[in-house]
Amino acid sequence: MTTAAPAAVVLDVREVSKHFAGVLALDRVSMELRPGEVHALVGENGAGKSTLIKVLTGVHQPDEGEVRYGGEPVSFARPLDAQAAGIATIYQEVNLVPLLSVARNLLLGREPTNALGLIDQRRMNRIARETLAPYGIDVDVRRPLRQLGLGIQQMVAIARAIAADHRVVIMDEPTSSLEPREVERLMQVVDRLRRDGVAVVYVSHRLDEVFRLCDRVTVLRDGRRVHSGPVAEITRLELVSKMLGRDLADVARARTRFNEHSTDRAAEPVLRASDLTRRHVLDHVSVEIRAGEVIGLAGLLGSGRTETVKAIYGVLPLDSGAVEVGGGRVRAGSPRSAIAAGVALIPEDRKAEGIIPTLSVRDNIVLAALPRLSQAGFTSDRRQDAVVERLMSRLRIKASSPDQRVGELSGGNQQKVLLARMLCLDPRVLLLDDPTRGIDVGAKAEIQALISELADQGMGVLLISSELEEVVEGSDRVVVLRDGAVVGELRGDEATEDGVMALIAAAARETGQTELIDETAASPDGPDDGD
Amino acid sequence: MTATETAPAAQAPGRRRLLDLVAENGVYVGLLLLIAFNLLFTRRFGEIDNIRLQFVQVVPVAIIALGMALVIGTRGIDLSVGSVMAIASALLALYLGYGPVVAIAVALLGGAVVGLVNGVLVSVAGVQPIVATLALLVGGRGLALVLARGRLTEVFDPTLATIGSARVFEVPIVVLIALAVAVVIGILVSRTTFGRYLVAIGGNAEASVLAGVPVRRTLLTVYILCAALAALAGVIQTARLSASDPSFVGNLIELSAITAVVVGGTPLSGGRIRIMGTLAGAMLMQLIAATLITHNLPDSATRMVQAVIIVAAVLIQRQRGAA
Repeated sequence: MTTAAPAAVVLDVREVSKHFAGVLALDRVSMELRPGEVHALVGENGAGKSTLIKVLTGVHQPDEGEVRYGGEPVSFARPLDAQAAGIATIYQEVNLVPLLSVARNLLLGREPTNALGLIDQRRMNRIARETLAPYGIDVDVRRPLRQLGLGIQQMVAIARAIAADHRVVIMDEPTSSLEPREVERLMQVVDRLRRDGVAVVYVSHRLDEVFRLCDRVTVLRDGRRVHSGPVAEITRLELVSKMLGRDLADVARARTRFNEHSTDRAAEPVLRASDLTRRHVLDHVSVEIRAGEVIGLAGLLGSGRTETVKAIYGVLPLDSGAVEVGGGRVRAGSPRSAIAAGVALIPEDRKAEGIIPTLSVRDNIVLAALPRLSQAGFTSDRRQDAVVERLMSRLRIKASSPDQRVGELSGGNQQKVLLARMLCLDPRVLLLDDPTRGIDVGAKAEIQALISELADQGMGVLLISSELEEVVEGSDRVVVLRDGAVVGELRGDEATEDGVMALIAAAARETGQTELIDETAASPDGPDDGD
Repeated sequence: MTATETAPAAQAPGRRRLLDLVAENGVYVGLLLLIAFNLLFTRRFGEIDNIRLQFVQVVPVAIIALGMALVIGTRGIDLSVGSVMAIASALLALYLGYGPVVAIAVALLGGAVVGLVNGVLVSVAGVQPIVATLALLVGGRGLALVLARGRLTEVFDPTLATIGSARVFEVPIVVLIALAVAVVIGILVSRTTFGRYLVAIGGNAEASVLAGVPVRRTLLTVYILCAALAALAGVIQTARLSASDPSFVGNLIELSAITAVVVGGTPLSGGRIRIMGTLAGAMLMQLIAATLITHNLPDSATRMVQAVIIVAAVLIQRQRGAA
């Protein structure tokens, strides 16, 4: 099929740029993909990985630059075009037809037919068995796909992609929902693809996999390519520092902490989360927060930061674990109980989980505190106005009036509205999931100062940030997560960017570390996602 | 479509304002135009008897539309209201032997139970509102027919007759009931935590959960309320006609009610509830039907006009959302 020499580039991305509504998602990104290589594509939130993949697969068209495929400039108008040309994509979620049989799924759209033009079941099943055999999958191909485990489903998706003679296979976080045993099998499949001369783009935020499996790595950050080269020539620490955008030499300079909160180490924690565990997501994560203390929660994307705060807040269902506030246990699975206990959350995704765009600034601010600003279910304008006025001036929320719709405000002001909503509740513990992401510099500084001020007043704060610098400088203690587990805690002078990165980059522990939870604890059915 | 998407950003605010204006006030303009047309071209339109008739006839749709507005505000929908009317009507006829008060109470309670089922399906089981209430639309009508043994029943009762036809200071009692419902719903929406929760859930359900809004309880309540109002409409309709015909009462009224709500400026995508607009929307629907009939167009023409209007209203709302 392809007679390209080993060194030839099969897919050549040249200086591709892509804008969305004025935001530069990709800024002259280049990437060369060779046959028979596994090429890791890594980067944190908003780095541009998904956009790049969507450009390669014809979901988006580049604004500038070009994509060359097999030496020819190409422009895929639709995902189908890319697929027809030989670029297969395997998404995080298996996108096959769960109710159809394994064989039907494998041969969807190219079923063998008999003389009457009907599907030749026997031949289809035979072809399916032959296709799956090399992957070590021995299942009844007549069974509906959904009856099989996620790992097998993913294998079927891969087998399907490769059966179609694809030259490039893009895998988007293929291991995120797999069991350790299934991960092994996937690695074998990727190895096989490499031997067959297929070029694999491997998107993952698990460093272990990158170093174990991949030949080369491209790092994106803020829409730019910041590194590209052989995996063998980069250390874990260097890779982490490139992903996070922190220069190692730079980090070594003397730090100035902008605030040091006086906390009594001996004091009872105001919040104690112990052994928070959810299969594939969190592995016995424990965090303690004392009054007046800012705890930073650091780790790469997918390390379980957001999941930890969501678990504390009661919105992430847990297999086990407990949250106590002020010594009293909080009812699991109920944000209302968490709020009643004095825990407040500023969620990561401001638009999807935070603001209610159709409502006014006033209604957004008082939403969580409505019961305490009302009498017998009737709202009191007087009480609401007093609270709204106080918080709008304290947080310097810029809106034409409290009646302006919150959807019309800037990102920074929307974030302040959400902070105001939670401050209405006079919380004892504030969980902040990347509170300064995507907001302007001025608002960012104001929010950082506010966090410090709140801690001084005795609030316990748990802070996540996509910027390592913010976590390290703003926190009294930094808890570092990797693959859903706490891998270390740094306090005082130890809490440096170097220290955090070293913990993130440390090689996996030898003893079954890749297994998040041992199999005995695993529930029989697959992980339920999306809730 | 493509042209609007690539239009310079500077034009968007103006365009948006125009769409806002049409979506929020179009119903009043339409209503005034229709009234003006009828005053000019329809004989005896301006007479007090006709005006009273129009108000009496709009009552069932108006009451149901008010409940529907609450449900749509949460980004839901209730297709079962017509069947609930029929169930209430059948129950009223069935229990009239125990006296009008008991019969009315049973009818309203029966409606509320259907609403409870809707609410549980939507808020606890997580069934899409359109599917859950579609099931009740079909099943509810069946239940009504079973209750009434498929027959039209004449309903004779002095109390019901009074409700159906008496007037207070020349204003029919049924119109007063509808006005009272409108005032209560208006207060509910603008002055209570429940009302605030409705639009919060409609605007962003995920964010509402995280803000500690009792999402499940609120949804349960709103579907019960909507069905109870539909049952009230069924009682009024039965009282006015002095008959219960479960195969026809409330047939296709869900379409009129939804149209009234949407034309009145409440977006199907939820997050806002407009009470005055809903009432105006109901009146608009009523006058369109009356106009077409008095000008000798068949009832089926009304349905077609209604269909065109609802599509137009939804398109305007979508454009508005996109602008």
